[in-house]
Amino acid sequence: MNRLMKSREIWLALAILAVIVLVTLRFPRFSQPHNLLTILNDTSILMMLALGQMVVILTRSIDLSMASNLALTGMIVAMVNAAFPMIPIPLLIAGCIVVGGALGAFNGVLVWRLDIPPIVVTLGTLTIFRGLVFVISGGAWVNAAQMSPDFIQLQRGSLLGVPNLTWFAVALAILFYLLMTRTPLGRSFYAIGVNPTASVYTGINVGRTKFLAFAISGAVSGLCGYLWISRYVIASVEVASGYELTIIAACVIGGVSIAGGIGSVAGALLGALFLGVVNNALPVIGVSPFWQMAISGAAILLAVVLNARGERSKGRVILKKAEGAA
Amino acid sequence: MTDIPANGRRLPDRLDQPLKSALMSWESLLVLVALGIFIANSFASPYFLNAWSLSDLTFNFTEKALIALAMALVIITGEIDLSVASIIALASTLMGLALQYGADTPMLVAVGIGVGILCGAFNGFLVTGLKLPSIVVTIGTMSLFRGIAYIVLGDQSFKGYPKDFAWFGQGYVFWVISFELVLFVVAAIIFYVLLHHTVFGRRIFAIGNNAVAAQFSGVRVDRIKFVLFCLTGLMSGIAAVLLTARLGSTRPSIAQGFELEVITMVVLGGVSILGGAGSIIGVVLAALIIGLVTFGLGLLNVPGIVMSIFTGSLLIVVIALPILWRMWKERRA
Repeated sequence: MNRLMKSREIWLALAILAVIVLVTLRFPRFSQPHNLLTILNDTSILMMLALGQMVVILTRSIDLSMASNLALTGMIVAMVNAAFPMIPIPLLIAGCIVVGGALGAFNGVLVWRLDIPPIVVTLGTLTIFRGLVFVISGGAWVNAAQMSPDFIQLQRGSLLGVPNLTWFAVALAILFYLLMTRTPLGRSFYAIGVNPTASVYTGINVGRTKFLAFAISGAVSGLCGYLWISRYVIASVEVASGYELTIIAACVIGGVSIAGGIGSVAGALLGALFLGVVNNALPVIGVSPFWQMAISGAAILLAVVLNARGERSKGRVILKKAEGAA
Repeated sequence: MTDIPANGRRLPDRLDQPLKSALMSWESLLVLVALGIFIANSFASPYFLNAWSLSDLTFNFTEKALIALAMALVIITGEIDLSVASIIALASTLMGLALQYGADTPMLVAVGIGVGILCGAFNGFLVTGLKLPSIVVTIGTMSLFRGIAYIVLGDQSFKGYPKDFAWFGQGYVFWVISFELVLFVVAAIIFYVLLHHTVFGRRIFAIGNNAVAAQFSGVRVDRIKFVLFCLTGLMSGIAAVLLTARLGSTRPSIAQGFELEVITMVVLGGVSILGGAGSIIGVVLAALIIGLVTFGLGLLNVPGIVMSIFTGSLLIVVIALPILWRMWKERRA
């Protein structure tokens, strides 16, 4: 029980519950199943992206290029769909995962083979991918009229009363849970985040593991490229612009340590859900959307401050003593 | 945050003899790149080589480069500040608000710079006082600062800045040399001396190489980091004054995405993102290169978004080149 109360996920779930209860007190319709399902659906893409980012952050890396990857893959799939509407959608989705994964693998190779710091690599590819969206589209939009009906409808349909988009997130979450807890690869993500040097001695190929982490985050970005475009039915250069930091914010709120090695699937999902619930609650309680950014900023800071205690390393404690002695 | 090579971090090859090695290494590569782009520009467009357009060029990068000078010091200590663009937005917004209450030009400048320093101090407090990782703190304050700008402004904009205020962003000091450029040159010299010729600068390198060892040798790590965050805040405040004066208006979306361009300048300038190594000369050269690239492409009517492909590739290629060169030499040996 004590361990349960210390768990970050529990506290985050309680915080989300508290927001829902507080809003429901004033506006009972907020917590109707239908509305809650809508919020979940609205947050699905962020949840998936947060899972991809989590794997990268676990390995002490960071992927700033996810939103640009999403925009580029989304534009490619939208243009392919507009030009060849007869290509079946599952094939397109598979294509998205491959293209996104390839873009992620490009990041990964630079990190693995050339040993360039991930933040530099992905800062570069962030701008390159976004620029390529313009190059391939010529700055033009692909709009709903150009997309085939199947393309748009697939994730809008529902199964057991739950929209397909949400099922995508559920499936990916299960996949990630199995990956992180049941496979050697998942374990090595944690291992190299906790101690890269020790991981080398235990026979883990640190560079290759990081490469795979980037390929995974790329593949997730690619999948979300299709989902984003078909949800908002517009593909443009501006898609998900600046979203990379929202994804990282979701991870941070979910307790994924930016120093690597700490984080869980449930945490990343709840972090994204927290942002989703807060952003959906604001308009309901009559707060103007202009407050949204400041409130999520404050939420991020609050989450980090609360999280700081648990993460403090032993090294810091020694340093503290030294400070006292000096 | 970033990756630490398994074999421990590389020691910088220079702590206090910047000029001697500068002539040999990264900086010379940057000079070559800059010259190449300069020559390519003058061939590509007939409008490039004249005093007025070369002077206009400076507006492309000075505001970001001013922040890059301070950001370099922060990154050398192993920290990062992602909130600089949002500090500009907040400072610019509060300047606009002050204008509505009838502030004159000196007052506007004071508000802009003051807000910048306060925002920087807030970052510095969270990082050093509460021992939080700077990348996360500044992602938070990045939303927070710009969020406050949105709360104040909504979907409106502030206009009607006085004419003598506009001079800060549009004025020329020596006929064709812009005030912004003069300010940048002065700031670059100050930062150069500060980083490479003072005890304070040496301590910045010491913190970046090993913060624990620095702490044990009597360096007040937290205090220096706090000062550096205030310094990026100050430079962001100055940039806010220049940018607001140049645009003549304030919108909450002002300076969106600047933070990544500033970091690109710093990293391209040879500052190690892992901390502990870097030089001001490199950062100035990198800023110049990015200014030349964007200006040259602008003359060729290349859209801004396509320019980002060039700056992104430049970042990766210039950093990958020495690594590939070293790998190639090792393979032959």
